[in-house]
Amino acid sequence: MGQKPILEMKEISKEFYGNRVLNSVSFTLNEGQILGLVGENGAGKSTLMNILFGMPVITQTGGYSGDVIIDGQKVSFNSPFDAIAAGIGMVHQEFSLLPGFTATENILLNKEPLKYNFLVELFGSRMQTLDYEKMRHEAIKAINKLGVNIDPDMLVAEMPVGHKQFTEIARELERANARIIVLDEPTAVLTESEAEILLKALKKLAKEGVSIIFISHRLQEVLDIADKIVVLRDGKLVSEIETNKTNMKQVVEWMVGHSVDSKAKDSIKKNISDEIILSVKNLWVDMPGELVRDVSFDVRKGEILGFGGLAGQGKLGIPNGIMGLFPAGGEVFFEGKRLDISDTHKSIKKGLAFVSEDRRGVGLLLEEPIDWNISFTAMQVQEKFLKKLFKGLIKWRNDKEIEDIAKFYIKKFEIKCTSTKQIAQQLSGGNQQKICLAKAFVLDPKILFVSEPTRGIDVGAKKLVLEALKEYNKEHGTTIVIISSELEELRSICDRIAIVDEGKISGILPPTAELEEFGMLMVGSSKQN
Amino acid sequence: MKENLNNINEKRNFGQALKNFIDVAGWPRIIIGIFLILLFAMTPIAKLRLSTSLSDTLVRVGMNAIMVLALVPMVQSGCGLNFGLPLGFIAGILGAILSIEFNLTGLKGLFSAIGISIPFAVIFGYAYGQLLNRVKGDEMMIATYVGFSSVSLFCIFWLLLPFKSPVMVWGYAGKGLRTTISTQKFWQNSLSDILSLRIGETFYFPTGMFLFFALLCFLIWAFFHTKVGTAMTAVGSNPDYARASGVSVDKMRTLSVVISTVLGAIGIIIYQQSYGFIQIYNGPLYMGFPAVAAILLGGASVHKANIGNVIIGTFLFQGILTMAPSVINSLLQTDMSEIFRIIISMGMILYALTRKTKGNR
Repeated sequence: MGQKPILEMKEISKEFYGNRVLNSVSFTLNEGQILGLVGENGAGKSTLMNILFGMPVITQTGGYSGDVIIDGQKVSFNSPFDAIAAGIGMVHQEFSLLPGFTATENILLNKEPLKYNFLVELFGSRMQTLDYEKMRHEAIKAINKLGVNIDPDMLVAEMPVGHKQFTEIARELERANARIIVLDEPTAVLTESEAEILLKALKKLAKEGVSIIFISHRLQEVLDIADKIVVLRDGKLVSEIETNKTNMKQVVEWMVGHSVDSKAKDSIKKNISDEIILSVKNLWVDMPGELVRDVSFDVRKGEILGFGGLAGQGKLGIPNGIMGLFPAGGEVFFEGKRLDISDTHKSIKKGLAFVSEDRRGVGLLLEEPIDWNISFTAMQVQEKFLKKLFKGLIKWRNDKEIEDIAKFYIKKFEIKCTSTKQIAQQLSGGNQQKICLAKAFVLDPKILFVSEPTRGIDVGAKKLVLEALKEYNKEHGTTIVIISSELEELRSICDRIAIVDEGKISGILPPTAELEEFGMLMVGSSKQN
Repeated sequence: MKENLNNINEKRNFGQALKNFIDVAGWPRIIIGIFLILLFAMTPIAKLRLSTSLSDTLVRVGMNAIMVLALVPMVQSGCGLNFGLPLGFIAGILGAILSIEFNLTGLKGLFSAIGISIPFAVIFGYAYGQLLNRVKGDEMMIATYVGFSSVSLFCIFWLLLPFKSPVMVWGYAGKGLRTTISTQKFWQNSLSDILSLRIGETFYFPTGMFLFFALLCFLIWAFFHTKVGTAMTAVGSNPDYARASGVSVDKMRTLSVVISTVLGAIGIIIYQQSYGFIQIYNGPLYMGFPAVAAILLGGASVHKANIGNVIIGTFLFQGILTMAPSVINSLLQTDMSEIFRIIISMGMILYALTRKTKGNR
C-alpha cells in the first residue's frame, strides 16, 4: 500500500444559518487506504463530504473556509461534476439509479461506448447507436472488480436492495479515473450477509489502490474494515488514529464525549398500582405496511410498557390506530370509559398524547418556528397559551407565553438552535425529536405514546430522550407506552415488553428476560405456520 | 487616521444595512420599485402631470387591494392561490345589482350591496370549499375552472333573472341585464369620498376607501393571531401535523375558502364604487389574475402570504399598470394604451408566476 497522500483536507470550517457545523477539521487520506469517518448525527460528517464533493448546498449557503488538496494541488469544486472529473465518486444513502434500466445501462449511463452507422454522416454524431456488446463487457469488468455477483441484464427495479447498492458502487468505479470513493451509510439497507460481501469488496478495491472514505453508524464494521478512523464531534476533529491502535469503547467515548456507562438497568423497583388506565380489546388498524389484526392488552397506571417486534409486523399501527390517525376498530377503554378512537381531538383532550415515528411528516411543522411547534397542540386542544378577549368570544394567541415555554424546553432538553424563532426544518434530527417530545410534555398527558423515539438520532440525543421519558414517568407518574425497533432500548427503560408479530401480540415479557426469549417471540408464530 | 477608520466603518455599516435591506425586500421588488420610480420621474418628459399620475395610481391601488387581500386565507390554509376568485366576484355583483334594484343610494346602498352579497358568498364559498377538499393537491387548476365555469353559468342568470330597474335592463327588450351598469346615480365614490383629500385641481386621495381596506387588513391580521387562525396556518404548513393535533383539516380549509370568497365579493363592490361601473357577463372572467400577480409580486409564495405582501404587491403592480402605458403612449405619440396595458399586465402575471416557488421573500 502506498503511503502517498492523495487527499488532504486542511482546517475546513463551515457555518449554516449562524450555526458552526464544522470547526477547523483536518485529515489526510493515503492512496489505497480505507478511512472510517464516524460521529454522531449532526457531528458534521455529511457536511464535510458535501464540501469534498462540491455539492451546491455548500456554495448556496456561503461556501466554506479551509483547503481541499488533491495530489498536492489545492482544488475547489463548484459542482459535483468537477469532483467527478477529479476522480471522486460518491455513493449516497438514497439510491440514485434508474429503476427501469438494467444494471449495465445504469453503470454506464451517459458514458456508453458508441457505434458508427451511416446516419451519422447525415445528422452528426448524435445518431450513433449504443454498443451493447461492449457496454455489457465493461459493466461486467466493473462488477468483477467489486468481486460480487450481479446479473448485468437485470432491471434495477427487480433487484434486492443489496444489489442496487452494488450497482451504484460499480457505477462510481466505472468512471475510469475514480480514485476516491465516498460511501455514506452503505450498509444501512443491507442484510448482514450482504454487508459482509460489500466490506470484502471494499477491501479488494483498496488493495487495487482506490482510496475509500467509509461512513457508517455500525461501529463494528468500521473497526473491521478501516485502516484509519477519523472521529468528529460537534464539528470538531476529536481523533485521527490508526484502527489497530484503538478499540470500540474508546471510539464511542470520543464520539459521545463522555464515558458510556454500561447498560445498567434501573435497579429501583417501582410501585405500580394495579389500576388499569387503558384497556384495549380486539384492536385492528389499517395502517399500510404496519397492519394490526387483533390486539388486546391492558396498561397499568404509572408503568412504562414497551412494544417491540420486527419492522412491518404492526407494532407502529397500535398507537397510530388508538390516536385516530389511521382507520381502526375494536374497543378501547380509557380510565374505565369507552374511548372513540376516531376522534383525535377528544382523545388528546382526555389526556392521551402521541409522539409520532414520522417526525418530519406528522410530528413537526417544518416551515414554522420552534415555539409554534411546541405549543400548537396544547393551544388547539387545551386552549393553553390563549388570551380570552370579550368574554372568550375571541381567543387571542399569547405569543409571550409561547416563547417562554419554548425557551424553557430549549434549556431543559439542550436543543441546539439560534432562537425560539428558528424554523424546525433547519434543526438536526435529534433536536427535532426533542421538540416533538416537548410538544407532548406541554400537553401534560395522562398516558403518552412514543413511537420510535430514537430512530435516526445520535447517541447523545438518544440518551437525553430516554432519560427525559424515564424522568417524566417518575416525576409525574405518567403512563408511557414506547414502541421501538431497538430491543436493547426497550429493555433499558420498560417495565414490561410486548412483542408484536403478524399484527398480533405474541407475548409479554419482563425486561430481564433472556434475549433468546424475545427472539423466539419475534419469529414465533411465523414458525408455527 | 481615526476619522479615516470611522469612515470605513460607516461605509461598512451602510453596506451591511443595504445587504439586509436587499435580503428582506428581495431583488424582484427592488427592481420593479426602481422601475416604478423611473416611470414617475419620466412624467415631465412625457408631459404628464405627476400629481395626476400619483392620484391615478393610488385610486387603482385602493380599488384592487381588497381583491388581493382575499387571496391570503387560502394561501395560508394550503389551498394555494385562489384562481376561483371570480366566484366571489359573482356574489359581489349579485349584491350590487340587488341594491340597485332596490334603488338604494349612497353609503346605505353600498353597504346593503355588501350585506346582500355576503350570504351568497358564504354559500358559494362553502360549496367551492367542499369541492376543493376532494381534489387536494390540484387546487389551483380546479379553482381556475371553477372561476371560468361559474362566470359562464351566471351569464345565463344575468339574462333570465327578472330585474326591473330601467338603469340595468336592456332598453329595447325591457328584460335581461346590460353588460355594464353604471353606479353613478347610486353609490359611485360614496366610500372613496369620505374624508377624501383634494389638493389643487388634479390630486385626489380616496381616504375612505383606504380606511376601509385598512380595517379589513386589521381584521385579517387579527384573525391569524387567534386560535382558529393559528390552526389554519398550521393546516397549510403540514396537514398531517394539524390532524394529529386534533384539528379538522377539511373544516379549516373550507373556512379559508369561505373567507376568501366573501373578501372577493366585498372587493369587487369596492372596485365598482370607485370605477363607476358594474361589469357583468364575461367581465369577472379574468379579474382574478391581476390579484394573483400582485400578491406574488409582493413576495408571497404558494404556501405563505401576509398583509405586507398584499400592500407592496398591489402598489407595485397597479403602479406599473397605471404608469407604463401612459408614459409609453405620450412618448410614442400614439394611442395604444389599452394594448400596452394588456401586454404589461399579462407580462407581469407571467413574470410573477415564474417566481412563485421562490418562498417568502
